[in-house]
Formats: sequence, structure tokens, C-alpha cells
Amino acid sequence: MFVHDTVLNRLKRGCATMAYPDGPAPALPDRHGGALKVEAAKCADGCAACLPVCPTEAITRPAGRPVALDLGRCLFCGDCVTACPTKAITHTGDHRMAVRRREDLVLGTAGGEQLRLARALDEKLRRLFGRSLKLRQVSAGGCNGCEADTNVLGTIGWDLGRFGIQFVASPRHSDGLLITGPVSRNMELALKKTYDAVPEPRIVIAVGACAIAGGPFVGHPQVLNGASAVVPVDLFIPGCPPHPLTILDGLLRLLDRLGDGERKGQAGVAA
Amino acid sequence: MKPTLPFALVTNCEAISWGDVPEWPLLEFLDRVGGELDGGGRLSSLFGVAEGGEMRLLAVLAFDAGNTLAVGRTAPFAETSFPSLTVAHPQAHLFEREIWEQHGLTPEGHPWLKPVRRDHGAGPAVGRFFRVDGGEIHEVAVGPVHAGIIEPGHFRFQCAGEEVLHLEIALGYQHRGIEEALPGGPHRATMSQMETVAGDTTIAHATAYASALEALGGVEAPLRAQWLRAVALELERLANHTGDLGALAGDVAFLPTASTCGKVRGDFLNLTAMLAGNRFGRGLVRPGGCPRDADAERLGRMRPRLEAALAEVQQAAAWLWDAASVRTRFEETGRVQAKQAVEIGLVGPPARACGLVRDVRFDHPAGWYRFAQVPVSVWPDGDVFARARVRWLEIQRSGDFLREQFAAAPEGDTLAPLPPPAPDMLAVALVEGWRGEVCHVALTGSDGRLRRYKITDPSFHNWTGLALALRGQAISDFPLCNKSFNLSYCGFDL
Repeated sequence: MFVHDTVLNRLKRGCATMAYPDGPAPALPDRHGGALKVEAAKCADGCAACLPVCPTEAITRPAGRPVALDLGRCLFCGDCVTACPTKAITHTGDHRMAVRRREDLVLGTAGGEQLRLARALDEKLRRLFGRSLKLRQVSAGGCNGCEADTNVLGTIGWDLGRFGIQFVASPRHSDGLLITGPVSRNMELALKKTYDAVPEPRIVIAVGACAIAGGPFVGHPQVLNGASAVVPVDLFIPGCPPHPLTILDGLLRLLDRLGDGERKGQAGVAA
Repeated sequence: MKPTLPFALVTNCEAISWGDVPEWPLLEFLDRVGGELDGGGRLSSLFGVAEGGEMRLLAVLAFDAGNTLAVGRTAPFAETSFPSLTVAHPQAHLFEREIWEQHGLTPEGHPWLKPVRRDHGAGPAVGRFFRVDGGEIHEVAVGPVHAGIIEPGHFRFQCAGEEVLHLEIALGYQHRGIEEALPGGPHRATMSQMETVAGDTTIAHATAYASALEALGGVEAPLRAQWLRAVALELERLANHTGDLGALAGDVAFLPTASTCGKVRGDFLNLTAMLAGNRFGRGLVRPGGCPRDADAERLGRMRPRLEAALAEVQQAAAWLWDAASVRTRFEETGRVQAKQAVEIGLVGPPARACGLVRDVRFDHPAGWYRFAQVPVSVWPDGDVFARARVRWLEIQRSGDFLREQFAAAPEGDTLAPLPPPAPDMLAVALVEGWRGEVCHVALTGSDGRLRRYKITDPSFHNWTGLALALRGQAISDFPLCNKSFNLSYCGFDL
């Protein structure tokens, strides 16, 4: 009889929610690699081995300048890491990737080998959203990858609700939008209307390579190459799709709920 | 069943010379295709190929019981219209609307000719909808932005009180121009685009694309790569079917199964991530094979995690089937008749839930499925219960398949050199994704580049099934019916 079974199972199982962020973060899959690090100083003269292997042309090397990798466009296929003869591009294994400014995703310059992690919202917004953040999700050309790995945060293992973060059915009930997909032209109007329906002050989070820069569809006339074309974005979470841990890290970082100050005060971060 | 007329017969993942595809004048072609559909053929794909200033139509017909695929085409024609097949063969209806939208050819007599994906300046769903008139009739419009974390689409219900008389589904919001970008390819981003045609079906679409390119290059992926692809495909099926069982349970407020399946779905995705690094298997499949092997040590680590996940989903499913409150909500809800399923060309679990034996792995085996079989899971009733039940049967069959495969991995390389595509060839690749038949048709030009590439996601066949399932249902049962199909928006919109 299921009533007896489910209760017994529930008692035996105990709490299935992970200890993170109070305990250690769960490990990324060993082949995931995490965020990339680009040490352009290590690039061999005239080498451009990484450029043609990148599916989204996220890597550029203008003549006479060091190589630059835009983690916002990156699909994390790792082909550039394999192609690099001097190990200038490497995996860090770090799941933390969310940034507040688009340019903080561009890696390569001296001092900018790694991305500049997001700072928390300012005091006023943190007081408003810090303990209760309601988000409306809009998929605008998303492939259901970012959507699925955002949805998973609601399951018992992650239990997003314990942070006061919740996805709500109406933009009128929300504090902001979480956008996925490259923003197809056919979704432009719907996205704009949804944004307009969110009461101010409001925040916008772009999740995944598509929502940041168009992802694999960058340059197609049918898409707008990301959410910034339609609405101002406050947080960028890269990946294809980002691991749920990366998304959760981004949300908590924004709300200053992590207390991991380690790389918070990095140079080059604006308020 | 075999085709009775001289179509070109191909096996799945095989390429033939474009010149060897028989061609007929437009009217004769339509006649012949119609005749084959009357004789039990199924339309896997039907699309236009622009040639200079003229057009051709190309049909891929599946004769499932005869394990045969048949291909035929028209001679180039300059007409701007053709008599619609839809009138006699409803399964052609979306293909004809698509041909009209993409090439401006009008299917004369088509009963409901309107855009498939195109936005005419005000959003894809702004336009004509079928309306029921009457004093008691009201219309409910839902979407494109929905209440949960799901993709956008528009649903228009014609209701009498609670009862849905008619549902019309208008999509196109997710259109990213995948097919339009392919002529002249493959391009640098093509593989990544194939992996995101429908992001929850990465392995199936990536395998279909890789198989098509391998067929065009005249090679097969190494056996161990074919094995890896099959393992990943079944993991993809396990993850999604488990998620669907959980979502169905959630929609009838049966939380023990909903929460367990939500978690176990993630465990299956994490198994895929052990192979690929990515939870959806991106990077695993490439034309020519699989760049990353999984050694015995890795497979050894995966095996106990697989067993644990299978045991958990078994437990969660047992609760579900045991609960009378669940059965009452699932049974007799959202029924599609087997006859309707045949007429509209349903594929995948919704077709098998109408008792149809229709599974690419069984009917048109390619890759590793030529050597290792998965029994076809069917259930006769065509309702939500049947669609849930088929998923549960398939979870068990996929689990058994993986247990066998983990013990019987072939040796060898996983990646082989891939010759460039041969010029003027046609390749057809079908893969049974978790939603059903994924069909890719690739056509190369005289320069060996792709000149036409047609993708048919199972959702393209199946959205009409959802609309039919809603007839006579209470509108409050829409979420449950919708989850029981769980179709792709982006896979349809491309």
C-alpha cells in the first residue's frame, strides 16, 4: 500500500537536500572542466590554433594583440583547450561563473585571465530581494537545456525555496526575469511585454550562452543574439547549459547569500 | 508492407545518389505518394527542394512493418500550386503548410492553410483561428509565455463551459533558423546547432546528423562509438521518461512520485555527464564517432549509480500505479483513438500508447540497434494512463538494455577519419529519440556541400495528437494531457 510505503521511505531517506552552501558544493562532473582560464601571455607568437575550432567564434586574436576568449559566447566544448599547444587556455574546474557586467566575461588580458565574479546587488535591492526573490522565467528561443537545468533547482536535492527564491506564474507577482534562449525575433514582443509587466525595481538574469550572446545561433537573422538586445541585464550566467550549481551560485551571489568573499574584492569590479 | 511502386528503397542511415531517386511529374508523384499512404505507408518527411528557379518535392515514406524506407521526388516544376494530399491524408497537413510557408507553393484544397512558424509582424499566433460560435461558447487563449519554466507556444481553446470542443496550437515563437542556415554547410556551428535543435534530445538529433554525414562520406562510425551513442540515447530516454512520470504525478498532486522522479531524472542526467561532461550529452557525438571513450573504470563507476537510479524510479513508479487516486485521473483522460493516430501519423510513445508498433529501433534499426534489440513497448488505450504506462515500460526496457550493454562493450577506437560528403547524394537518418522518430534528410550539391537539410522532430507529427486528445475533455485536464505528450516547441520551430 503506497501510503505506508511512501511514509516509510521518506523516514528512511531523511533529508535529500544538499548541504551546500553551508557545506561544500557538490563536485562538477569530472569531464565538465568548469570555467576556463586564459593566460594570453603564454600564447606562442602568431599562434591561432584555438580560433578555427571554436563553434561560436568566441575566441579572437586581432593582429598584434593577445588572444581574447568571450566566455559569454562559449559553449564549453573544450576544443580550444585541446587545440592550444602552450596551455594558455585551461580548465579551472570552478563552477562559479556569474558576472554582473558583460565585459567581465572576456578573458585573456593581463589581470583578466579569469572572469570577474558578480558582486551582490546594492544595499537597497538586497534589502528588497535578499530574503525573497520571485522570478518569472521567459524562454525566448531556448532549447529546453537551460530551462531544464533551471527547473531542476526546484527539486528536493537543490530546494531553491529554502533561499526564498521562487519561480512564479505571473510577471506581476515577480521581482524580475530569468531569460533563456537567444531571443528569437518571434519572441521579442512577448519578452518586452513580460518585462514591462514586472513592477519596478526589477532585475534581469540571462542564463546560458544563448541568452548572453546568441549561443550556437549567434548571427542568425532569426535571433537577436541575446537578452541584452531587448532588456537591460543585471546578471550573466554562462554555460550551454550552465550546470545547476553554476546557476544557483549566480543567484546566491547576487543576493549576497554565499559569504565566500574569496574572489569578491577582485580588481576591476565596478560597484 | 512494402511500397508497391518503384520508389527508391533505402535502409536507415544509408545514402543514395540523387540521380537514383525516381522522379515523376508533380501530379503523378502526389498520386503515388497518396497511393502508398493508402497502402499503409507513413510520411516520415515531405518537403520542397529549390532548384534554380524551379521546385521539387521530396517524400520519405516509412513502411514500418516491412522495415523499409522509400524515397521519391518530383521532376522540377514551375507550378505554384499542387492538389493537397491533406484532404485524403491528414498526416500531410503540417508538411504542406510548411511547403507553402517555405516555398510559396499552395496546396490547393488544404483545409486549414496557415503559417507554421512565420511571424507576420505581430507574433506568430496573431491571425486566424478556428472558432466555434454559440451563446454558451467561450474562447480561452494561453501563451506564448506560460506559467511554469517551459518554452513558449500559444494554445487557443474553444469551450462550452468546462468542456473543450476544439484546441488549436500555434507555434513558431522558438524559430531560430536552423534549416535556413544549413545550405553551403556544414558550418562551424552546425554540430552545436544540431545538439540544440531540441536540447533535451541532444543525443538523438546529434546521432541523426552524425549518421547522415557518415553516410554521405561513405563510412560508418566505429562500432564502439555506435555502442556509446546507443548507451547515451537510452540514458537520455531514461532521464526524460522519468521526468515525465514525475511531472504527471505532480499534475495530479501525487507528490511522493513527483519528488522522487524529479531527483532521479537528475541522477540519469549526471550519468550522461559522466560520459560527456555535459548533463545533456553535448560533445559526446561527432561525425565520425565519439571523441571521448569511456574506459572500464568509468563504466564501473557508472554501473552502481545506474542501478541505484533504476531502483529508485521503480519504487516511485510502484507508488504511482498503486494509487487509485492516480489511476482515476489518468484513465479515460485525453484519449486518442488508434485510427486517429494512424491518420495523423503519430510517432513515439503517444503512438505506442495507441497500440501501434512503431519504433525506429525495431522497425528501422541502425547503428548499435542492429546488434542489440530493445522490445517495443505498447499499451492499447490511447489515454494519459497508456502514455504514462508506455513510458514506464520503456524505462524498464532501457534499464535492461543498459545492463546488457555495460557487460558487452565492443573493443576498439571511438573515432575514425571522416571523408568529406560525396557530391549529389541523399542520406536519410532516423533515430528513435525519447519523444519518437527523429528524421534528418541531407542533400548535397555538386560541390559536396549541403544544399538542403530537412529536420523532422517527433513533435512535428505529434502536436496534432495533443489537440485531438483535448476534444471533449475538461479544460482543467489540459496540463495533464500536455505532460502526457510533453512535446518540444523548439524541435518543432527549428
